[in-house]
Amino acid sequence: MNNKAQSLILSTAIHYLVPLLLLFSVFLLMRGHNEPGGGFTGGLVAAVAFELYAISEGTPKVRQLLRIKPLELIAIGLAIAVGSGMIGLFVGDPFMTSLWSGELPLLGKIGTPVIFDVGVYLVVIGVVLTVMLALAEE
Amino acid sequence: MRKWLIALLPLALTFYFASFIPAIAGGETSTATIEWIPSLDIQLSFYIDGLSLLMALIISGIGTLIIIYGGEYLAKDERLPHFYILTLLFMSAMLGVVLARNLIALFIFWELTSITSFLLIGFKHEYEKARKAALQALLVTGSGGLALLAGLVLLGLVGGSFDIPTLFQEAKSIQKDSLYLPILVLVLAGAFTKSAQMPFHFWLPGAMEAPTPVSAYLHSATMVKAGVYLLARFTPILGGTPEWHTLVIGFGSATMLLAAYIALQQTDLKRILAFSTVSALGTLVFLLGVGTPLAIKGAVIFLVSHSLYKGGLFLVAGSIDHETGTRDVNLLGNLRQSMPFTFVGAILATGSMAGIPPLVGFIAKEVVYEATLEESAALLLTGVAVLTNMLTVAAAVLLVIRPFINKAGELPKSPHETPLSMWLGPILLGILGLAAGVFAPAFGANFVEAAINGITQKPKTLHLALWHGWNTMLMLSMITVAGGVIIYIVLENLLPLMHRLRFNDVLSPATAYQKMLDGLLKVADAQTRLLQHGYLRRYVLVIVISTASLVGYTLVTLTDLASIQFEASTSVRVYEGLLFFLIMVAIGVGIRAKSRIAAVATLGVVGNGVALIFLFYGAPDLAMTQFAVETLTVLLFVLAVYRLPLIKEYSGKRVRIRDGLVAASFGIIMTALILMVISSALPSNLTNFFAEYSLPKGKGRNIVNVILVDFRGFDTLAEITVLAVAALGVYALLKWPTNDEKHANPTATQELDQL
Repeated sequence: MNNKAQSLILSTAIHYLVPLLLLFSVFLLMRGHNEPGGGFTGGLVAAVAFELYAISEGTPKVRQLLRIKPLELIAIGLAIAVGSGMIGLFVGDPFMTSLWSGELPLLGKIGTPVIFDVGVYLVVIGVVLTVMLALAEE
Repeated sequence: MRKWLIALLPLALTFYFASFIPAIAGGETSTATIEWIPSLDIQLSFYIDGLSLLMALIISGIGTLIIIYGGEYLAKDERLPHFYILTLLFMSAMLGVVLARNLIALFIFWELTSITSFLLIGFKHEYEKARKAALQALLVTGSGGLALLAGLVLLGLVGGSFDIPTLFQEAKSIQKDSLYLPILVLVLAGAFTKSAQMPFHFWLPGAMEAPTPVSAYLHSATMVKAGVYLLARFTPILGGTPEWHTLVIGFGSATMLLAAYIALQQTDLKRILAFSTVSALGTLVFLLGVGTPLAIKGAVIFLVSHSLYKGGLFLVAGSIDHETGTRDVNLLGNLRQSMPFTFVGAILATGSMAGIPPLVGFIAKEVVYEATLEESAALLLTGVAVLTNMLTVAAAVLLVIRPFINKAGELPKSPHETPLSMWLGPILLGILGLAAGVFAPAFGANFVEAAINGITQKPKTLHLALWHGWNTMLMLSMITVAGGVIIYIVLENLLPLMHRLRFNDVLSPATAYQKMLDGLLKVADAQTRLLQHGYLRRYVLVIVISTASLVGYTLVTLTDLASIQFEASTSVRVYEGLLFFLIMVAIGVGIRAKSRIAAVATLGVVGNGVALIFLFYGAPDLAMTQFAVETLTVLLFVLAVYRLPLIKEYSGKRVRIRDGLVAASFGIIMTALILMVISSALPSNLTNFFAEYSLPKGKGRNIVNVILVDFRGFDTLAEITVLAVAALGVYALLKWPTNDEKHANPTATQELDQL
């Protein structure tokens, strides 16, 4: 399916935009617990990056860039989210009790809610890309 | 080899439960508890007394034999691992049912048995018949399960606890409560559907679509006894009232007699056994309905003897089917020579079924007669019991003579004796039935006494013996056997008459079920055609109109519209005014746009404008999400727009006026709603709670995010799950082969059509 846009400006700009947007999405994800942001918004921004890439380079390139299928991304994200809830079970707390580590260098405190947010992030990317790729390749 | 290894698991469980025998026979009970949802008084708690121990031993013991037998029976089936997994899963669920101490835990396990039963009946899912039978069983037991849930919740509320032994103490107050009758009816609905009492029995013969080891295990020895177990467990709580006697005896006696009668008209080995199982379940229900100590004693002994002989007979039927390729009793014959071990198993099982001494079935029958004779309506009850048993004896005689002794017809395969793994089950079950009869005192002291005390909750010592001397019961037993043999001899001449008196057609609940199912599907079809017509614009119209009218109705009727304050608390700032103007212009351009891209772009302006408003009023998270979603929508549209045709027709004037009116009224109602909310701000502790605990408990300064991933993380988990399912749905709709591509995968497409 060749439905990529024929625009030099767009394709040049996107080579700079996509990595920046992806970085920004991770930044949003990581700061989400204390400042505006979070897994949901971060995931949407990452999805925007991939969509721009699809417009400029076509969907096969997006699949190459992703390496795994978006549906698998959804599954992994859900598994991480559920898994973060299960950690509490192993220490005898009810499902989804949040647990926190101490202060770590660079990362700050790491807790199960942060891992949960990573799951949300991946599910959101997976869902948007599943729909997007299916629509664009239809 | 693998089957022997897997069988070690249930075998170990059997030994584990057997280690409880001395303590439980001594009158002790044992409990283990894991907290589950303590705030709702729901524990994953387990309780072993005589009754649950007996059931647990039957479940794990017969389960061991079934695994060994099934491993051989299905050796050539590629789905053999499914059989192992589902059977073991069922075993855990069934053990949960009989060991649960908490009503809700019991219910969860109860439903799990229904689901595993559904999967096992539909084991050969490529056959439509198997799928239909599985669905039928699930719908019947599932609706009973719903009734049971309602009954259990009511029972827990009335009794003040979900803990079963605690409820034993509350029996008097529960029985006096005005909710007693609803509770009883709901619980009985659950028990009767599960234990295939008339008129809900029809799913059980259908369930014979399952592989025979499954039928032997679930649909005769264990799962169908769950309803009986439930009645037994609840006897001290709900039993003993006139309502209990009337309902339970009524359904039980009708079921035992009618099913025994229908069994004789069948020619398929498994269907004979299925109806005779329904009849046996009826007998058990009937005995629990009578509820005297003697009747309960009869129920316990009969429960054991039936599990042993019927489990064995199903396995025999499976072996016969496996070796000859048919289950038609008119075709089969002469198998005693080719299958001697199976024949011995069949003799031991049918002997117990017919109540021949010294097998345990004989004791069961004696005690049943003893129980009915001491009732006030002795003549009627004993009459029904004797008649049922005569028909059962006739079926037992038939099951030996037709396949094993009569002359054989044209068999699809020439039979040989099965391997050890397949005759072990019937022989072992037969020997156990024999041992329970011969060593009746030990059987009584170790198993029956504790089980009876578990049902009555009034500890008593029991003496069980094979020989009771020359008395009325023995006389009735002899009459029964003689009558049964006579019925068998004249059966050939009776059958035409029986076919004319086909109770099973006249009172056919199966037909009623089918009609209800068809009706339901018709209604679903009609409403789908009405609502899911496929025009996106009409969907939007319907959603907007119904939301607007419901919200508007609530606003007008439930709130005081005069209380809405129109004065703004702050004056409008310049950039807010500009933004408002921008959005208005975008809307104006949008509704007059001649190209799709333009329309979408203007919508993007509106959306981003709204996001800016969020930002101005202190909701950056919301604003960011809105920005991202708007961008995504426009991009998605750009990707897809090449494929859409150009706009050819524009809406006429009338349609535009209609749409405008709908949109305007929706806007007005939403504005009124928001003004309403602002004017009468409810005092809420939630905001304070989240603000106060976000940092210390949630370790985050962004309250919105802490709510999403911590305080209400469960909601978020559900939401992303819904998102994932929605994505799967979109994927399936877009990727599924269309009519032109059907040839690529015809069966898969058909399945989707049926969904």
